[in-house]
Amino acid sequence: MTPPTSPDQPGAALPAPGKRIPPSAFLAKPSRRHRGLWALLGVVAFLAVWEAVPRLGLVRPVLLPPPSAIPQAFAAEVRSGAWTDAILQSLGHYLWGLVIGSVGGIAAGVLTGMSRRLEDFTSWVVRLLRPIPGLAWVPFAIIWFGVTPTAAIFIIVLGVFWINYFAALGAVQAVDRDLLELADAFGHRSTPAKLVKIVLPAASGAILAGLRTGLGQAWMSVVAAELFGVPGLGQRMMQASSLLATDIVIVYMATMALFYGLVDMGFVAVRDRLMRWKA
Amino acid sequence: MIEIHDLSLAFPNPASPDGRTVVLRDFNLSVAAGEFIAIVGASGVGKSTLLRVVAGLVPPNSGTMTHAQSGALKGRRPYGLVFQDARLLPWRTVRANVAFGLEGLGLSRAERRRRAEEALALVGLADKAGRWPHQLSGGQRQRVAIARALAVNPDLLMMDEPFGALDAITRQSLQDELLDLWRRTSKTILFVTHDIDEAVYLADRVILLAGSPATVRSEDRIGTARPRARDDNAARALATRIRDRLSDLMDGGGI
Repeated sequence: MTPPTSPDQPGAALPAPGKRIPPSAFLAKPSRRHRGLWALLGVVAFLAVWEAVPRLGLVRPVLLPPPSAIPQAFAAEVRSGAWTDAILQSLGHYLWGLVIGSVGGIAAGVLTGMSRRLEDFTSWVVRLLRPIPGLAWVPFAIIWFGVTPTAAIFIIVLGVFWINYFAALGAVQAVDRDLLELADAFGHRSTPAKLVKIVLPAASGAILAGLRTGLGQAWMSVVAAELFGVPGLGQRMMQASSLLATDIVIVYMATMALFYGLVDMGFVAVRDRLMRWKA
Repeated sequence: MIEIHDLSLAFPNPASPDGRTVVLRDFNLSVAAGEFIAIVGASGVGKSTLLRVVAGLVPPNSGTMTHAQSGALKGRRPYGLVFQDARLLPWRTVRANVAFGLEGLGLSRAERRRRAEEALALVGLADKAGRWPHQLSGGQRQRVAIARALAVNPDLLMMDEPFGALDAITRQSLQDELLDLWRRTSKTILFVTHDIDEAVYLADRVILLAGSPATVRSEDRIGTARPRARDDNAARALATRIRDRLSDLMDGGGI
């Protein structure tokens, strides 16, 4: 039942019946629990080093507050109501920017992908606009919308739009011609029928990958868009840093990481449900 | 049931002196209802293109084609097409793949489902209706493709080298299943293949296409009653004759 395996690997000591354990410990696949343990160890080591650096006086705590100081700062920030306000404002910018940018980008990408003429028509405009980073639009965002949530949303939309536009465009152009011929052969000859029955489902994998990239990009844009004064996470971080309240800056950095992680996990769950037909 | 007169097809080709390549010239064919016709020829001769013209996927340059229908086309389509690759939609279950051609015919969801399951039962895959295409073997996928073509209840079943990508054993069993389906459903079948033995085993008539542009080089009627033996002497002799003809044409510069 137990083939030769090193005794110091508790996880590897329980092979499935009939499964051979490779002789080399390097090749042996660690068990799930084993791997979780290593991941946890990594986090602990990271926190320990972080804690040690300011405590040993290598860096002044005001420049890098130790992780043990963060929960207290977080509690204070929540108690004052600032955290909740900032999160709700930022989430509002995030969601609006994400929805408008994604829907617009996917729609524009799909349409352009379906029409060679439209692709030619837009090709040089796209080439000119695409390399301009979202932040470069900040002056115009302020001139057009003032220092308002609309300006922040505008910046986020721009970042998300291009990601989804190119993902959808590429996905639609990569749709197998043979599948379109199949649609013709079975009576689905109109463009809307082909779009619904072939193009969108065939392109869905790449479109969803673009959406997911956009989820991350939008968080980055949120901070950038709020740094110029629109109320939210980014603005709160700027205020804190100007007072050298670095612990509060870290509270918001951690908050963003947490929200991004949650959104991404939720997205992956939905995607896996949608793409369950994949081998 | 189908009358094709002087059909010609050319594709634009800037490299050729007259700006086009003629693929098919003066093709004539008359198919009786319920007939099993095999069209053989070397790869690239234009057999598949011919099927696409008959299916209306590619318009011909000249010639006429009439397609007599038995009864009304309500809830049906004039033909079903089976490709060499099964060409199933990976995001649809087997059942939904078979129902693909039934959509847009004004049938209720329940009716579409019933007809899809009926067609799946015809090819012996009733128990696989809820599977995804990637869960099937190559032979099963091709049977689903046949079920999809049969589901639209066509008079004409067109098959473009449908068993070309399968292993020999699966191919033989699918050939027999096809003959059985043909007997039970009394469809007219237009079957394109480059496998002369397959053509001789399956069809009532074998049409040899060769040359560039392709023209009909011979037509043989096979009277042998079914079920036929795969090692039937007369069939073997005919297959050899067709093969000789084809190699003569190729040697003689006819291609």
